[in-house]
Amino acid sequence: MLEVTNAHKTFFPGTPNAVHALRGVDLKIERGSWVCVIGTNGSGKSTLLNAVAGGFLLDEGSIRIDGVDVSKWPEYRRAKLLGRVFQDPFSGTAPSMTLFENLALASRRGQARGLGLALNSTTQDELTKCVAEMELGLENRMDNPIGSFSGGQRQSLTLLMATLIRPRLLLLDEHTAALDPRSADQIIRLTKRSIEHDCLTTMMVTHSMQQAVSVGDRVIMMDQGKIVLDVSGPRKQRLRPRDLLAKFEELRRRQQLDETAADMLQTQYV
Amino acid sequence: MTLLVGSLATGLILSLLAFGILISFRVVKFEDLTVDGAFTLGGAVMATLVFAEFEPLRATLMGALAAGVAGTVTATLHTRFKINRLLSGILVMTALYSVNLRVMGKSTLPLQSKPTLMTYVHRISQGLFGEGDHLKIFHWEVPSRDVTALLLLFLLTILIGCLLFIFFRTNLGLAMLATGDNSRMTESLGVNINRMTVLSLFLANALIGLSGALLAQYQGYADAQMGVGMLVLGVASVILGESLVGTRKIGYLIVGAFMGSVLFRLMIAIALRWGLNPNDLKLITAVFVFAALVFPKIFSQGASWLRGKIRA
Ligand SMILES: Nc1ncnc2c1ncn2[C@@H]1O[C@H](COP(=O)(O)OP(=O)(O)O)[C@@H](O)[C@H]1O
Ligand SMILES: [Mg+2]
Repeated sequence: MLEVTNAHKTFFPGTPNAVHALRGVDLKIERGSWVCVIGTNGSGKSTLLNAVAGGFLLDEGSIRIDGVDVSKWPEYRRAKLLGRVFQDPFSGTAPSMTLFENLALASRRGQARGLGLALNSTTQDELTKCVAEMELGLENRMDNPIGSFSGGQRQSLTLLMATLIRPRLLLLDEHTAALDPRSADQIIRLTKRSIEHDCLTTMMVTHSMQQAVSVGDRVIMMDQGKIVLDVSGPRKQRLRPRDLLAKFEELRRRQQLDETAADMLQTQYV
Repeated sequence: MTLLVGSLATGLILSLLAFGILISFRVVKFEDLTVDGAFTLGGAVMATLVFAEFEPLRATLMGALAAGVAGTVTATLHTRFKINRLLSGILVMTALYSVNLRVMGKSTLPLQSKPTLMTYVHRISQGLFGEGDHLKIFHWEVPSRDVTALLLLFLLTILIGCLLFIFFRTNLGLAMLATGDNSRMTESLGVNINRMTVLSLFLANALIGLSGALLAQYQGYADAQMGVGMLVLGVASVILGESLVGTRKIGYLIVGAFMGSVLFRLMIAIALRWGLNPNDLKLITAVFVFAALVFPKIFSQGASWLRGKIRA
């Protein structure tokens, strides 16, 4: 389904601010799989998702979706294959446009947009039905601008928009991180339902160890632009948050060792 | 009365300019400075083609088209060559100054002796009101040609406003609105933002050029300087319109730009009548925009007071 091979990306190359954000990522995801991506801040999780979505082109390596090499495709072209929900609830919706208008936009993701009326009565009925199925009571507010909805509501709607046309791959980037616990639970519930209902292939970045072990069928951990842990199958079923924390601790200690070693080298030889 | 009819007609013509500025500055939020050049270009191309014995309607549309193309150049400088938006507009506006002189061959082209849209207006006027040159409205004598022009312009601008409103309800129009509202989301829904920017500036500047071509025919000459200050004037109309309608919905904004443009013209006419020196007009327009930008609160309070008065 998704095949990332030897992905490298450096931001601001050749300057003092250069960040080597992806350092040879190899990742293969089977169709129908739900992969949780964890890792410390700045480890490259969002960068990996952005690379898949086409927010920038890789310096090296390739990305294939369903066997098609999309490495050189611009973001708007890959949008046909991808559904996305961002961390910031404000990123995924157009605030001054109505709920109807936002959904109408999403209902043509990756398709040509011509001079046909966007909201005729059949599409209006269909869209209202989709919103009603979320059971959040938002179907009475179809003509309100999205800016008047809460963060959690917006995030649910973004999720709906991302899956309105079935995506080949769903990319969720800490989509519950900015929400209060109750809304976060609700979003996870909706996420589960929509992934199971449509048999979606999913990459979900999460900051919550609990989430990572309780949903999905595979966990990968990133550190310094590389995948350092990849657990799936029965081992994933047995995985506990403390196993992941232990791994974090191990990484941290190794890193500190590296730093002490570097300091030592520095004091001795420079 | 003649003055009133004249400023209403000019206000209507300039409402097309305001529509254009609404699209670039408000809908896609591109601070497009091509405006002054594009306005003149519309007039210049139209005038030159009229001198080349083109049918006036076609000459007018060609003027609009040329201005639209100027807009696409600005947009392309930004999207393709990553030049800052303001600078892209300034580059094109500056280049257009020479282009306009080249197109016209000299700095002013008088159109009185040539068949223009005003010739059609004259004919329609004779059909409507007979041979007489003047009409009596209440007890004022008004040139019947001016009244006809006013009526036709009213119909034309309303028609274009409605077309714009319908456009913003199509899939393409929604994508354009979304581009300005949240470009990141729009791109992630598969819209080519760069192409949408080019299209928006084409549409915006074509309307601006159409406005220029119509104004040149209405006043009877095209002039290399006719676009100077049009950007600020258009922005003033859009701001005035926004506070008149008091919402950000696109339909209201279109109506607002229309009303703002006409009202602004009327205010200017009244000020001139009170003895305002015409040379100070642009200064006053600029101060008006400055005030609206710096004191939006006071401004919108004033506007809602005005809305109340209108309703009452
Ligand atoms: N568009 C960008 N431009 C510059 N630097 C970036 C960009 N995106 C990510 N980075 C840098 O790459 C590194 C990885 O960031 P990111 O992938 O966002 O981490 P996280 O795992 O927390 O999502 C960080 O050091 C970040 O500053
Ligand atoms: Mg991140």
